[in-house]
Amino acid sequence: MNLHAVLAIYRFEMARTFRTLTQSIISPVISTSLYFVVFGAAIGSRIDQVEGVSYGAFIVPGLIMLSVITQSISNASFGIYFPKFVGSIYEHLSAPASFLEITSGYVLAAATKSLMIGLIILVTAFFFVDMGIQHPFWMLLFLVLTCLSFSLFGFIIGIWAENFEQLQLVPLLLVQPLIFLGGAFYSASMLPPFWQGVSLFNPVIYLVSGFRWSFYGLADVAIWWSLLAILAFTLACLVIVGWIFRSGWRLRG
Amino acid sequence: MAAIVSVEKLTKRYGRGVHALKEIDLAIEEGEILALLGPNGAGKTTLISCICGIASITSGRVLVGGHDNVAEYRAARAQIGLVPQEVNLEPFERVINTVRFSRGLFGKGRDEAYLERTLWQLSLWDKRDAQVRELSGGMKRRVLIAKALSHEPRILFLDEPTAGVDVGLRKEMWDTVADLKRHGVTIILTTHYIEEAEAMADRIGIISEGEIKLVREKAALMRELGRKLFVIELMEPARRVPEGLDEYDLSLSEDGRELTYTYDTTGDGTGITRLLNALSERGLRARDVRTEQSSLEDIFVDLVGKDAA
Repeated sequence: MNLHAVLAIYRFEMARTFRTLTQSIISPVISTSLYFVVFGAAIGSRIDQVEGVSYGAFIVPGLIMLSVITQSISNASFGIYFPKFVGSIYEHLSAPASFLEITSGYVLAAATKSLMIGLIILVTAFFFVDMGIQHPFWMLLFLVLTCLSFSLFGFIIGIWAENFEQLQLVPLLLVQPLIFLGGAFYSASMLPPFWQGVSLFNPVIYLVSGFRWSFYGLADVAIWWSLLAILAFTLACLVIVGWIFRSGWRLRG
Repeated sequence: MAAIVSVEKLTKRYGRGVHALKEIDLAIEEGEILALLGPNGAGKTTLISCICGIASITSGRVLVGGHDNVAEYRAARAQIGLVPQEVNLEPFERVINTVRFSRGLFGKGRDEAYLERTLWQLSLWDKRDAQVRELSGGMKRRVLIAKALSHEPRILFLDEPTAGVDVGLRKEMWDTVADLKRHGVTIILTTHYIEEAEAMADRIGIISEGEIKLVREKAALMRELGRKLFVIELMEPARRVPEGLDEYDLSLSEDGRELTYTYDTTGDGTGITRLLNALSERGLRARDVRTEQSSLEDIFVDLVGKDAA
């Protein structure tokens, strides 16, 4: 095991995060704060409670998920795409490091960064709304698992992408709609029965539901389904990464 | 001497079509500078990519310090440093950090003293905190070398180290390479500049169309394939090559002032004395004489064909 390689990649990526502190951390916090103001204060003041929780507090878990998922994907995909773009990927390919070690370095760094953002948004939320966390351990577990699995997913996108447009394609066309339709701003129970059924095919609904449960004890689906969904997604990403590793797809000529 | 890198029947095909390398056999000796000379598209970079693990091997095998570069890729790759042809660097990172990154990636713990020595050696120490994008072209190339040396490799591959580099910088690069050799690093460089191979290499391999045409010690190669020219500058211009000298391979310059005699340096006698006597018997007097050695370029052109050079 080449732990030095994992650490070298991790440090290098974290250095990039801190070098670009404004884009990396401050801007997602500002944009999420805007959501609080618009949805929580402006719109929320006209909406009564959702299942006994004020609307402002209700959307906090969904907003954190929204940021954490998009950040994980963009951090990890950019992290591995950039060396491909500038050509410095030759070094990774010729290094005495396994693909798993290289993946770990990038995924851990991307997940760390989105975890930091998620926690900062959480702290920020306490300034806007009155809220509590019923199951802090589960909250942290869901948060960490989401960071890791979507960073893995982003890593795969970064390897797949052959230009900057493709790098944006999956997050914009697939992930963004799934998150917005994933119950970040509403409870699935507010939908007509047909759309409730459809939304069960959206994997994000399980994540948001589980995460919201850890805050308020409210869930659209059973907590175990949520846990199963995130673990299954992580496993699927790991299988794909393993296949990329064996085949050298998009990396090795 | 034992081979530090041994390439055995290495074949590389891209997809179904391009047959980039055809059963290459090559042994690289420890401590030498081997220049791989060949036209563009000959397979130089593909060969390096296969040895370093960037490209997969279709068949055959590569041993680095006795380790198979696929089955024991960690042991094999840890011994290799690679300087690519293109300046492939992250533009916004600081020099020292990119070098630290490379060292870690290749499995070595921190050693700031070693990195400092390496950066001094490459005249980069003053620039250690500069962002890569702020550096000149020559400095960027040296950063690539510093990265390749960061994990103390025994073998250094330089892929076209001076392609597109001005003359002053090229000389500087040659000095750097000579210095690395003095430190005991085995160096394999590819080039299509014959002058470069001639100036630096101990041995020269000529590669063309995916095959190694020959690998020979530079001096032996020059001796073996080298022809020498003996040029006689005449006092008075001649109209044609004097008669009765058919046994010599003579040619006359257009202005009639120079007679050129081409001979093989490996022969027992060169025939120069006899030729001079024969000329004076015919009343031709020499104003001056000089000899010229055929360059590696001529050998190269002979081997791979005029179009390629």
